[in-house]
Amino acid sequence: MSGAVAAPALRVQRATLASRVGLVVGVVAVAVLAAGPLWARDSALRTLVGFFTLLALAAMWNLLAGYAGLVSIGQQAYVGLGAYGLLYFADTLGLNLFVSVLVAGLVGALVAVPTAALAFRLRGGYFAIGTWVIAEVYRLVVSNVSQLGGGSGLTLRAASAYDRTARLFATYELALAVGVGAVVLGYLLLRRRLGLALTAIRDQEAAAQRLGVDVFRTKFLVYVVAAFGCSLAGAVVYLNLLRVQPEAAFSVNWTAFMIFIVVIGGVGTIEGPIIGTIVFFVLQETLSGHGAWYLVLLGAVAVLVTLLARRGLWGLVAGRTGWSLFPVQRRLQELHPTEGR
Amino acid sequence: MTWLNDVVQGLLLGGLYALFATGLSLMFGVMRLVNLAHGDLSIVAAFLALAIVDTVPVNPLWTVPLVVPLMFGVGYLLQRGLLNYTLRGGDPLPPVLVTFGLSIILQNLLLEVFSADSQGLDAGRIEDASIRVSDRLAVGWFPLLTLLVGIAVLAGLQLLIGRTRLGRAFRATADDPEAASLVGLDHRHVYAMATGIALATVAIAGIFLGIRTTFAPSVGPTRLIFAFEAVVIGGLGSLWGTLLGGLVLGVAQTLGAQLSPGWGVLAGHLVFLAVLAFRPTGLLGKAVPA
Repeated sequence: MSGAVAAPALRVQRATLASRVGLVVGVVAVAVLAAGPLWARDSALRTLVGFFTLLALAAMWNLLAGYAGLVSIGQQAYVGLGAYGLLYFADTLGLNLFVSVLVAGLVGALVAVPTAALAFRLRGGYFAIGTWVIAEVYRLVVSNVSQLGGGSGLTLRAASAYDRTARLFATYELALAVGVGAVVLGYLLLRRRLGLALTAIRDQEAAAQRLGVDVFRTKFLVYVVAAFGCSLAGAVVYLNLLRVQPEAAFSVNWTAFMIFIVVIGGVGTIEGPIIGTIVFFVLQETLSGHGAWYLVLLGAVAVLVTLLARRGLWGLVAGRTGWSLFPVQRRLQELHPTEGR
Repeated sequence: MTWLNDVVQGLLLGGLYALFATGLSLMFGVMRLVNLAHGDLSIVAAFLALAIVDTVPVNPLWTVPLVVPLMFGVGYLLQRGLLNYTLRGGDPLPPVLVTFGLSIILQNLLLEVFSADSQGLDAGRIEDASIRVSDRLAVGWFPLLTLLVGIAVLAGLQLLIGRTRLGRAFRATADDPEAASLVGLDHRHVYAMATGIALATVAIAGIFLGIRTTFAPSVGPTRLIFAFEAVVIGGLGSLWGTLLGGLVLGVAQTLGAQLSPGWGVLAGHLVFLAVLAFRPTGLLGKAVPA
């Protein structure tokens, strides 16, 4: 391949300066956070557990809606299944508490298979309501099973076998792993072949189909992965809260928060859920005293961002600067004649 | 014989569900828009009626001639001022996100203005009056009126779509908005008329709901879900299917609640899932699923 003809030598470039800087900053940030038990107070650790689990949920919803075009309003189904899965395996079957979290995630993924088979018969807005109805079905079924505490719920008894502080530290590290894992998983999925398929579906589903992308299989896979992630996050949430009630665990508010976070941060971008979760937490800490007005504001912001800035806050930043912290695209770069011989 | 009574009560309840589902079905049919704030808008109508009744002591049924045109106007402006912008470019995300955001906004505005308390509209004697068919079967006047109004609204809409200029514009725009605009139809106006009419039917549904039972700012999503189930059970794109879907849902819920009080709503959901699994085009639907 010596350049005898005028054809320029090309190299596929996947990293950018911003992404290299981002990687370093990211690794440092995760390391500092992982050392959280050394520097943070218990109350701060509990808040951060909430932050990481919300980040994981948002990252999963972003994979669904931002990439696979699956606008689910039923992800609370998996938060609830994760919570009750944890309770069932840890308390009723006596499995190790932390292994139960993982198993609860797998239960969510398993339930997602028949759920997808039904919900995928609907599209767009009807898919959204359909997933919501299915989440309601799971809530009502759980509420009617007396072994699971019925409508009034249960308390995680297995947790009392552990020392309070040790349990908090373990929960914290688990939450960090789930939050960071969800973002990294999304990033790795998108860098692979599946990512190309998903990006094609995101941009133009019909065209992707014609180019040979197996749209159904791709969406199905993403749905099951998102169910796994949401169930895992749900299990960690309730490992922290300990008290599970069907109304709260299967509340549509879980999905509403995922939607607000992703839309405000930037739907269809890996960075979006991170930015969105930070913004969401800051807003919540400063405005939640205003009750319902806070949610009116969040709703209004989501509507405005959807109409005026489709890729959210991160889209605005990336549009101005060209930054990409998690580059999933492939750029062709012309090699300088002295390079790459 | 109690099961016969349950079926009859279920059919009457289904009339209310059909009334809720009509607007959802119409908007989807004309512009493929699924309005997730549909249920909340019906609750807005119920609260409007409540505000009128609180100011001027009249029977809530008399608020219908006032609230219905008001909600028509709200619908027209909502579509022209907001929802039309979500339909540009054929991206499926904006309509869902914007109407879901709207749903959250409306619920919380109602909560701020009217508090979380359950409210009711008192229509007087008609609420309790019933026709006794036999010892075990009585048909309430008000549920019967609801069913008849539901059928009348659907029949009126069917006539409007089949026989009028506006209906022709609906059909033309639904088939191909670009071709329709070539012959001089402004799809933004046509869509706004459809949403206006949809919200007019939603207003009737909301007021009848308020008379039949109690309501609170948070119950909108449940109304949306029942309306959606009626539409899917009946079959997308079929208005008479929507009536049938409402009736099936009403009967399923009433019979389910008879088995065990906690199972009423769940029984309705299960019938919906069964239809989705075994007959995804719905009972009377056209061949193409949504």
